[in-house]
Amino acid sequence: MQIPYETTARPDTGLYNAKLGIWLFLASEVMLFGGLFSAYVFLRMGSDPGYWPHGLLNVPVGTMNTGVLIASSVTVVLAWASLKMRKWNAYYGYMLTTIICGIVFLTVKLSYEWPQKFEHFGVFLKKESVSKPNYETYLANDKDLGGEERLEITGHLEKMEILRDNKPETVAGENEQEGLSPSKAAEVLQEPNVKLVAYELHVDQQFVDFKNAAHGDKKVDRPHFWQRPPSEESVKIEADDIASASAFFPRHSSYFSTYFLITGLHGLHVLGGVIVFIYFLLFGKKLYLRNPEHMANRVEVAGLFWHFVDLVWIFVFPIFYLL
Amino acid sequence: MSSTAATHGHDTHGHDDHHDHHELGWWRKYVFSTDHKTIGIQYGLTGLAFLFFGFMLMLVMRWQLAHSGQPVPFIGPLLQAIFGDSVFAKDPNGNAGVLTPDGYNSFGAMHGTIMVFFGIVPIAFAAFGNFVVPLQIGAPDMTFPRINMASYWCFFISCIFMVVSFFVPGGAAKSGWTSYPPLAGIADMSHGLWWNGQTLWLLGMVFNITASLLGSVNFIATIIQLRAPGMTWMRLPFFVWAQFVTAFLLLLAFPPLEAAGLMQFMDRVAGTAFFMPTGLVLNQHVVQSWAGGGSPVLWQHLFWFLAHPEVYVLILPGIGMVAEIVANNTRKPLYGYKAMVMAILVLAFLSFIVWAHHMYMTGMGAKVAAFFQTTTIMISVPSVILLTALMLSLWGASIRFTTPMLFATAFMPMFGIGGLTGIPLAFNAVDLYLHDTYYVIAHFHYVVAPGTIFAIFAGVYYWYPKATGRMLNSFLGHVHFWGSLICINCVFAPMFVQGMHGVHRRWWDGGLTYEQLAGPLLKWNGFMSNAAFLLGLVQLVFIFNFFWSLFAGKKIGRNPWAATTVEWDAPSPPGHGNFDHAIAVYRGPYEYSVPGAPADFTPQTQPTAATQSVPLAPTLAPAH
Repeated sequence: MQIPYETTARPDTGLYNAKLGIWLFLASEVMLFGGLFSAYVFLRMGSDPGYWPHGLLNVPVGTMNTGVLIASSVTVVLAWASLKMRKWNAYYGYMLTTIICGIVFLTVKLSYEWPQKFEHFGVFLKKESVSKPNYETYLANDKDLGGEERLEITGHLEKMEILRDNKPETVAGENEQEGLSPSKAAEVLQEPNVKLVAYELHVDQQFVDFKNAAHGDKKVDRPHFWQRPPSEESVKIEADDIASASAFFPRHSSYFSTYFLITGLHGLHVLGGVIVFIYFLLFGKKLYLRNPEHMANRVEVAGLFWHFVDLVWIFVFPIFYLL
Repeated sequence: MSSTAATHGHDTHGHDDHHDHHELGWWRKYVFSTDHKTIGIQYGLTGLAFLFFGFMLMLVMRWQLAHSGQPVPFIGPLLQAIFGDSVFAKDPNGNAGVLTPDGYNSFGAMHGTIMVFFGIVPIAFAAFGNFVVPLQIGAPDMTFPRINMASYWCFFISCIFMVVSFFVPGGAAKSGWTSYPPLAGIADMSHGLWWNGQTLWLLGMVFNITASLLGSVNFIATIIQLRAPGMTWMRLPFFVWAQFVTAFLLLLAFPPLEAAGLMQFMDRVAGTAFFMPTGLVLNQHVVQSWAGGGSPVLWQHLFWFLAHPEVYVLILPGIGMVAEIVANNTRKPLYGYKAMVMAILVLAFLSFIVWAHHMYMTGMGAKVAAFFQTTTIMISVPSVILLTALMLSLWGASIRFTTPMLFATAFMPMFGIGGLTGIPLAFNAVDLYLHDTYYVIAHFHYVVAPGTIFAIFAGVYYWYPKATGRMLNSFLGHVHFWGSLICINCVFAPMFVQGMHGVHRRWWDGGLTYEQLAGPLLKWNGFMSNAAFLLGLVQLVFIFNFFWSLFAGKKIGRNPWAATTVEWDAPSPPGHGNFDHAIAVYRGPYEYSVPGAPADFTPQTQPTAATQSVPLAPTLAPAH
């Protein structure tokens, strides 16, 4: 038994089966990411003032990754075209480039961007505590100017003061340089009879900018193109003033929830694409020799998927990094 | 690469890719099969088993509603031993087997989930679609046989998740089949993040949705690509149209629920707050485990964006099956075939913009409610066209009341009751009163139980001979039909009365706590429950018939119903590759009683005088 139109197009539809199949699959993918993006819109519209952070992601790195993905989209088309022209070696080179681009993207994401987030710490202050001088100096909210009030101070956790069985104690990191890791802090707070007194953190440089800027100069509230190390200035935040505090984990806020879920799911798609491409690279020769058109079709279909994955990123990049 | 293929629809290259002419081993033939017929039967048997299981859950609940606080007779201790002490408890006399409130919630949630996602969709869509659609369009198999197999095994994994979830600490999910947060976000969290009913439910659903997606891609591609030569769109049997539209609904409506399922999963295991609002109070304490800022209404939007089209996923294959059976047994063409096709397309489109009529109680605002009220009323127009066309098809016919036809005929008034009682619910003002009462339960059960499930039975009786080569016993079929029809109405009709008096759907004790409100209506509980138990007994007749006829049923040839559509051209049961001769289609699907024709039915594959020499095959162009 042979399924018709596996490699040749059906005359009245002009499509071979897999090409139609991948477009249908992509339609469902549009709905999947559409659901996630609508959740983003819904949560952002509904977020309390001051609870949707800005400028916490690394824009240059994100830009680079965008470039890497776009480049890989070009090379995957070239790989397909090479197969159509029956140039196996050219195909091999382009496909290899595509795979490397995909791996670079994932490596940057998983070994640099995400871990950097996990070490960052943010504290949302209670509304009534925002105007206390020691916080207000960093937040530089200007009531007259209107606009969204800043409620969160971010930075690197330096140490934390706790009460253990009602006895004061200071928890610090192993060395001064690295500070206290947020996950360790969370672990300590989970222990019974431990009560938080205060967090102390090195504030991010942008809060020093707020402090130094002319009052009401909101221009500084934009992501900086180059990531800057945290400042030397530190602020102590009392437990009573804290609405919620967390590292930049998914639990930090709706913003990071959606960020990690969407970029995570996107990352899985990239991974899936890379695996398929590696399979084509290593095991494609046999099929190519037997039926080059079939091999070209496979690359075309996987390429369509790859373009879609890029397209998702084209939406992810602005809504999380820039807006 | 010019094509020299002599047989239609076969491309020249690619032949060398496949060497599956050799005999497949037992495992590949019956278990890990890529044959659409085997997969269809696998889906069908799994689905029927789950349908029965979901029904059993309901019987335990009905016992509890009618005899609150009394242990389930005979099997009570066994149930408690199986499901554990959080689901069943002992009564004051020490008799085991009383359904607890938690157990009731769990059984209710799982009854809904299982019936919808593990019973009806797998049977009506996946089983019948897989088995019948390729045969009806004259295709050798699905477009992507291996994806088809992946779809079934993905579904199988989701089944395992659901079954296992009954046996984890705390029992299966208990937040309703709708899994509304914030309740669903906090339910069973004391049993650990992973090994609890609600989390397993979410994982199961993600696999179930993936299976549906794989299936629907396959169905659409098959119907577009693999129609036999001459099988134009307007020559498709209506059942194929119904499956085509259903597949699109699943393809486009399910992914948002997958997204929502992942979000709820993150809420439970990663502490995110997609659906957990700020300042949630639980047991008089503000919950601090979540950052807050989420929205429970967001879940409802995403859920119902799936679940309303899902309603049409449940009913459209049923209407398709009924249409086939009605045309075959009235020996007349379907009345208004084209209007039905148009209606089903409009219906599919509208079904995407009515979802928030499930959410009038959320206070989303009068303007939004007015929009969804309007679209909901609009969608009744195509539904009525479909039902009216089916009923008008009966007009003036000399009807053969075969077993499938009995079920198909009963489908129409039953679905009609279900549909018409839905119209009051479409209106915001009325719905506020009727929301979450037994009226709603009766309404949608009339659509899916004596509606879709009767259509499924009709389909089973109709296509069983094609799948097995033997007829189901007609006498047992009649017993099954009349018993089911009477009992099922006795179960659901009183619910309208109870609902209109405000009996709430989630009362564990059947309304005893609210006796001053529900008072005289409570006597119906016993009546309905007894009818449900009888209904269960009647199904045993069907189960017996189903297996007994495998060996003792009357053997039949290719076309026992004297039907016109292409599947009856294949051997019964069809072999690998389906047809033993090349298929070409020359005429519409329902040429019954054509004046001047030699027989009262003219198969689609029978050449017309004009086309005998020139087959309507799409010409095979050179490939590239």
